[in-house]
Amino acid sequence: MRKFLVSGAIALAALTAGAVAIAAESEVHPPHMHWHFQGPFGTYDRAAAQRGFQVYKEVCSACHSLSLLSYRNLTELGLTEDQVKGIAAEFQVPDLSEDGQPIERPARPSDRFKKPFPNELAAAAANGGKAPPDLSLIVKARPGGADYIHALLTGYVPFDKLTPAQVKEFTVTKDDNFNLYFPGHKIAMPPPLSDGKVTYVDGTKATLEQMSTDVTEFLAWASEPHLEARNRTGIRVVLFLLALAGLMYAVKRQVWADKH
Amino acid sequence: MASSHGAPPVFNNKVVAWIDHRLPIFSYIEKEYHTFPTPRNFNYFWNFGAIATVMLVLMIVTGIVLATNYTPHVTMAFDSVERIMRDVPSGWLIRYMHMTGASFFFAAVYVHIFRGLYYGSYKAPRELLWILGVVILLLMMATAFMGYVLPWGQMSFWGATVITNLFSAIPVVGDSIVTWLWGGFAVDNPTLNRFFALHYLLPFIIVGVVALHVVALHVHGSNNPLGIDPKGPQDTVPFHPYYTMKDGFGVVCFLIVYAIFVFFMPNALGEAVNYVPANPLVTPNEIVPEWYLLPFYAILRAVPDKLGGVLCMFGAIAILFVVPWLDTSRVRSCTFRPIYKWFVFVLLIDVIVLGICGAHPPEGWYVPLSRIGTIYYFFHFLVLLPVLGKIERPLPMPPSIADAVLKKKVA
Repeated sequence: MRKFLVSGAIALAALTAGAVAIAAESEVHPPHMHWHFQGPFGTYDRAAAQRGFQVYKEVCSACHSLSLLSYRNLTELGLTEDQVKGIAAEFQVPDLSEDGQPIERPARPSDRFKKPFPNELAAAAANGGKAPPDLSLIVKARPGGADYIHALLTGYVPFDKLTPAQVKEFTVTKDDNFNLYFPGHKIAMPPPLSDGKVTYVDGTKATLEQMSTDVTEFLAWASEPHLEARNRTGIRVVLFLLALAGLMYAVKRQVWADKH
Repeated sequence: MASSHGAPPVFNNKVVAWIDHRLPIFSYIEKEYHTFPTPRNFNYFWNFGAIATVMLVLMIVTGIVLATNYTPHVTMAFDSVERIMRDVPSGWLIRYMHMTGASFFFAAVYVHIFRGLYYGSYKAPRELLWILGVVILLLMMATAFMGYVLPWGQMSFWGATVITNLFSAIPVVGDSIVTWLWGGFAVDNPTLNRFFALHYLLPFIIVGVVALHVVALHVHGSNNPLGIDPKGPQDTVPFHPYYTMKDGFGVVCFLIVYAIFVFFMPNALGEAVNYVPANPLVTPNEIVPEWYLLPFYAILRAVPDKLGGVLCMFGAIAILFVVPWLDTSRVRSCTFRPIYKWFVFVLLIDVIVLGICGAHPPEGWYVPLSRIGTIYYFFHFLVLLPVLGKIERPLPMPPSIADAVLKKKVA
């Protein structure tokens, strides 16, 4: 009887392991990158994030909004208040004049990032029927997070480099954009970045890899701006709790000493 | 302030004595949380009741703070949660504590339930205590489900759509019930509003049922790892300081793991797609509930018939209500049940397998696997539990708790 039970348990355990293995196979994994912000001691690489902001501003923002961020948030990346004022003033935002007439005025640091399209319908109309996603939370909103965003930006394969098998399996035509990491591979967004697409103000060489990494760093910050405070607080909290647990255990042993 | 079992406590503080003479709250605390005789042989599994209580309080406190900053409207809910995350001072902390707290509350309660199953805590005279516990579990599931809808992300919206649609499986009146639940003809603003109201209400009902759970517990006292009743003072210790201290230590250990998730991987237990605002026109690739509901979701999808699936899913929880009567063994603790002991672990594995099935689309291997898992789940309760109690020969039991504890010490 007992043997039968044990073998039953082993069989179930094997089934569990099998289920886990099947689960692992079916996903396309973006290559794992080392990010400055990962781990309990992670922080954002300010220089990379500032460069990433430049990429967003000069490339991505033509189609993608960043609606949850205000210009003032950029001071968290190390920009001075004057720099932020200057950046904001480059954009004209709608407002009302004192007598209630609709006007356009230069943006202030307290304004949200200006959206490329006046509304979702306009965004969809200008982009083949589907509005480009807002990027405020994109790193948290995709399985794989930063690794996926980076992989997506670098994962385009030109039509003439595709194998006949790929073309056949995914019914790719010359007009499609093929991306290795996009679910289903055919993506509406044409390759947004290529070598030298921007000229970095800090002189860094703007390779595809560099820009993809930088803009991902920036978008990771945009998704989770309080990560550094969270990590700092977390380390203190966990250390405190560990000390408290040690103390509690010592007292507990003392209390129980006469009962064991 | 000193007292022994039975004798009413004497309070030296005049104010305390005055109040207690009119409203005996201090006597109550003294009796139920200080001198309360508690079996001396608890292992750390017995911490999880206290842990679950702490998590319940923590959820209510963080939840109220969140509610003061949240806007239950379809056009504003998502952004108001992001405002909490970005602009409300320490809002990210409160929100992550609440979000991760739900998972840890369930984790604690599941360990607590497993403890009850393994040590037979549901058996006479504790059947009502167990039933109240199952009521708490059901209320928690309803609360968690409605809370998950509030951020109004893609999974919030589609989870709400799938789960409320289950009621359409009820013959004749199903569709009317769904319309009534929604407050309209689709999951929309009225749905969000009522879910917010109910999500705020239900935790206080949980507190009420927890109070009943504790009252029922204190009638006959706790079960213990040996499953035999204390026979005298040598078998028990006063609740305070012995178990206040042990529970306190357990709670802090649990909070360490909780804090690691809150601060270093707050999104590890959630679905990424819920950071995409709800869109009724775009269905996510997979609609899955949070991990703690996955085994039941797998049971729902394992049955090829919609009504059958719904009945099995609710049946999987309903069956817990009658566990005290399905178990025919006179022995409580699995320590003395050489065969059933293993089946409790097989059930645990079965539930984990179901959870894995629930997390994946019902294709390929997951279909037969979830069906086998579902059949086994009911087989455990409906066949194994009654039959094994009759045929199993329990091991010899020690004469008393003290006897077992002291013998273990010698050995």
